[in-house]
Formats: sequence, C-alpha cells, structure tokens
Amino acid sequence: MSVSRKDVKVIATLAQLDLEDHAAKSYIQEMTDILAMIQKLQQIDTSKIDPMPHPQDIQLRLRSDELTEPEQRSELQSIAPSTEKGFYLVPKVLD
Amino acid sequence: MSDWESVIGLEVHIQLATRSKIFSGASTEFGAEPNNQACLIDVALPGVLPVCNLEAVRMAVKFGIAIGAGINRKSIFERKNYFYPDLPKGYQISQYQIPIVVGGTLDTVVDGSVHTVGITRAHLEEDAGKSLHDEFPGATGIDLNRAGTPLLEIVSDPDIRSAQQAADYMRRLHRLVTYLGICDGNMQEGSLRCDANVSMRPRGQEELGTRTELKNINSFRFVEKGIITEIDRQIDVLESGGTVIQETRLYDPIRNITRPMRGKEDAQDYRYFPDPDLPPLVLSEEFIDSVRTDFPELPEQRKLRFMTQFNLSEADAAQLTQSRPVADYFESALDHADNPKGVANWINGELSSYLNKEGIDISDSRVDPDALGQIVANVDSGVISGHGGKILLSILWEKPKLSINEIIESENLRQDSDSGTIEALIDEVFAAEPEQVQRLKDGNQKLIGFFVGQVMKKSRGKADPKLVSDIIRKRIRS
Repeated sequence: MSVSRKDVKVIATLAQLDLEDHAAKSYIQEMTDILAMIQKLQQIDTSKIDPMPHPQDIQLRLRSDELTEPEQRSELQSIAPSTEKGFYLVPKVLD
Repeated sequence: MSDWESVIGLEVHIQLATRSKIFSGASTEFGAEPNNQACLIDVALPGVLPVCNLEAVRMAVKFGIAIGAGINRKSIFERKNYFYPDLPKGYQISQYQIPIVVGGTLDTVVDGSVHTVGITRAHLEEDAGKSLHDEFPGATGIDLNRAGTPLLEIVSDPDIRSAQQAADYMRRLHRLVTYLGICDGNMQEGSLRCDANVSMRPRGQEELGTRTELKNINSFRFVEKGIITEIDRQIDVLESGGTVIQETRLYDPIRNITRPMRGKEDAQDYRYFPDPDLPPLVLSEEFIDSVRTDFPELPEQRKLRFMTQFNLSEADAAQLTQSRPVADYFESALDHADNPKGVANWINGELSSYLNKEGIDISDSRVDPDALGQIVANVDSGVISGHGGKILLSILWEKPKLSINEIIESENLRQDSDSGTIEALIDEVFAAEPEQVQRLKDGNQKLIGFFVGQVMKKSRGKADPKLVSDIIRKRIRS
C-alpha cells in the first residue's frame, strides 16, 4: 500500500499545513513506510482482544458541578495578539 | 407523477442545565459579557487538562432511562478534528464509536395517530464558541463563553415520515427534557437546536434516496416549514429528471427557500480518535440505580395523577401537563385554593388569555401562582364574586405588587354575604312586588331569577347571588 501525492496534499490541508512540492515528495516515502509498519501490526490476530481506547487501565475522573473558575478575561487577553470589546480578534473568516 | 415518501432523521442538540461547563469549572450562564466565562481550559491554553462534570453524565443517563434506552457502562470520549477559530483546541471533544446512550424510542402523535420514532443514540459533547463576522472591520470576533457548554446530541433513526411528525417529535423532546430538568428549554437562547436529514423515495421502495442535511432549524415552526420546503424542492428536482446532491443546506425563513451552504464540503474528514486526556467513562450499577431512584415525574404520569388525585377530566389534566411550568404553576396555586377544577379553569381560561395576548410563557406570568390561588379561594369562599375575581386578576396583571386584600377593599369588590342585610333587601323587593311574590309562591320558579336580579340591583352588585337565591327559596317555602 502506498501513499499518493494527492493523499499527502489532503492530509496537509486538514492539518492546515502549507506544503512545498519538494517536501511533499519526502512525506510520500515516510508515510508509505508508516503504513507498511501498520500493515505488519495488523497481521497479529486481535480477534479475542477488546479494543483499548486508552493505554492505561484507568477510569475517567469526574468532578462535582461547581463553579471554580472566576472571571479571568483581562489576564487571558493580555497574551492574545488582538482583542476588542472583550472579543478575541482573528483574521476575517469568510463563511 | 410518482407518489413520494419522505424519510427524515433529526439530530437535536440540547444544552444540559449544569452550572459549570462539561470539562471546566467556568459558568455556563447565558448572557455574560464576551469571554467573561472562558477559563484556561475553554480557551485551550497548552498543557491544560479537561475534567468531566459528573452532573452532565447524570443528566445523560437520566435521558437514556426516560426513553428506555441502553446505558453503556463504558463509553469513550473522542476528538473530532476540524479547523475553526471558535474551536480553539482544533478539535471538539465528543463521543463517537461508543456513546453513553444507545437505542430507545419517542412517540409522536399527529392527528391522533401514534408513530414511534427510534433513537439511534445520544452522546455527550462540548459546544463551540461564537463567531461574530460583521462587528469588526476585516476581522472576526470570537466569544468563548459558550465553548465547553455540555451538550447532549440526540440522533433519531430515519423513522420520521412528515414535517408535521418532525415538529411534533421536537416538541415532545422539548417537553421531556424540560420535565426531566436536564435542559431549560429556552429556544431563543439556543438551548435546543435541530438539524434534519431529509431524503425522498418512491413509496414502497426500500432503498433510501440521497439525503441533504438542513442545518440550524431552531424553532418548532421552522422545523416544520423548513422540512416542507426541502421536501418540495427535492420532489421538483427528482420529477424534472435531476438528482439530489448530498449536501448541507440552510433554511431561509424570510424567502421560504433552502439553499446550499458555501464551501467546506470537500475536506470534511473529522479523523476521530479516542482522546488520550480522557480515559473511558465507566458507570457503576449503583450510579445508574441512584439516577433511576431519583427520577422526576414524567408528563404522562403527571397527567394520570392529576386525574386521580384532583379528579380532573383527561382534557383538563392533559392541558395542564402540556408543559412542566404550567403543571408546576397549577400545583403551587393549589396551596392556596382547595379547588382543583376551579384553579384549572382559571389557568386554562382567564390566565391563558392574558398570557396569549402578550405572547409570554406562564413562567413569566405577571400574576404568580400564589396570587391566582388566592383569587380562586376568595371567589370560592364568597368574599368576591366570579366577576369580581376577573376584575381582581386584571388589576393584579397591571400592578402585580398590590396585595389582594388591598384591591378587594379599594375596588369595593367584597360581596355582601351578611344574610341580615340581604334579608332586609329582600323585604324591600318583596314589598314592592306583591303580585309577583304571589306568582312565585304559586310555583312559578322562573321568577327567582327576576327577584335575585332586583336584590342584586339594590345591593349594587355586592350581594352574593347564590346566597340571595338560597334565602329567597327558603322564604317562599315557609
């Protein structure tokens, strides 16, 4: 199984990466190698093993429904590149 | 022209009524200044970790029990990856492969016929923030107060067959979640939001047609109108030999059309994977039992109780239990008036007409249940007449701060129920009409009304008409 140039471009777009053409070429090889390794793993018979959603055998910790976070806007906005009237400003989203 | 059948499935997001967010301790209250309720976790600073809110889990389980669903003893939070500025982490924490609630049903009733809609699943997830595109020149403003608000996404099977059923489904879901107390049901504030998947097929065909998704139809009326519009559009396309394209569309209520959403369709690949920050959500039997034990009364149960406990007709009980606030109002008013039928009539009649006139819900009624109960009690005990009660309600509606006793005195609404005074008035009337009195004594019962009227006139409307008529009857018998 090999990765095409188009696959790499799609993955880059999803990851919001602007990929130069020559970089894409090296990724094709790297990703093909990764898939080869995964294919090897898939040869192992896992039909009798439950899927493992988390590497550790632990449960989700739950907290009670209490307000523990007071307003902290000015502190958080002091490190934001751009804010106005309490909003974070980002480049215009056309949608 | 073929006979078409519409196939509809709804995805409804309900905002769970917790105080704090699903993965942080910031407030979920509506209407705060922008970003005043967005903490380190909600703005997704690097290194922060989500901790799940127990109450959100409890509410999801409550919903599952109410619709007869299965509750997964182990469910998984996953990352749904997509890029949008009001989602600062770059992913939404949601559930995908193993949601907390699976299965269950909800019945719809349209024109008297019951139709059961299967629920595929309900899963917990976090809401995104809000983007303002028009407020700032050249920029988009981001408010993250809503980011992290707990949502329960309820996905129906494609079992719905008409726009009317879809609207009824949404109304019944709204009623259920407000009865359960897991959602405030405030549609204007987006507490219940609906997307609809709509497709058409020739009646009798098993295979499903290509569907479109209608986004953000957030009122009962728009669910119905939006789906009707989309059904008509798809039939037009199909009957003119075209094909329906699978896409996301928006309903424009002003022009009553649906139109495709621009762009974004090509790269929809959410690359779900289990969130390494959140190990599996494991529920014990004790926990689920504790939710089951502490279960609120549901609409149908409450209706039956109203019929047996208060001896109300099914119609009255159904009307009172249509929404939880109305049923609560009714029971609170009963604390002051020992007359369920009377209180029911006042709520469904006089009070409803005031609410409808102003288009407000009973929870915003200017006359509270205590006051309404006292009005009914005053009418029942004969302190004021039924007509006086209506005057009292109209004044109280304008000036809710006034006390009921003050109004009764200042408006002179107190009925004369002193039998001595009434006897004297009857004497006067009888003395003035000896011939009529004779005819009455001879058995002309119709004349009772005439004499009651005469006495009421003399009392200037303040005598209790029932008492007057009782005394007159007694007098002619003796």
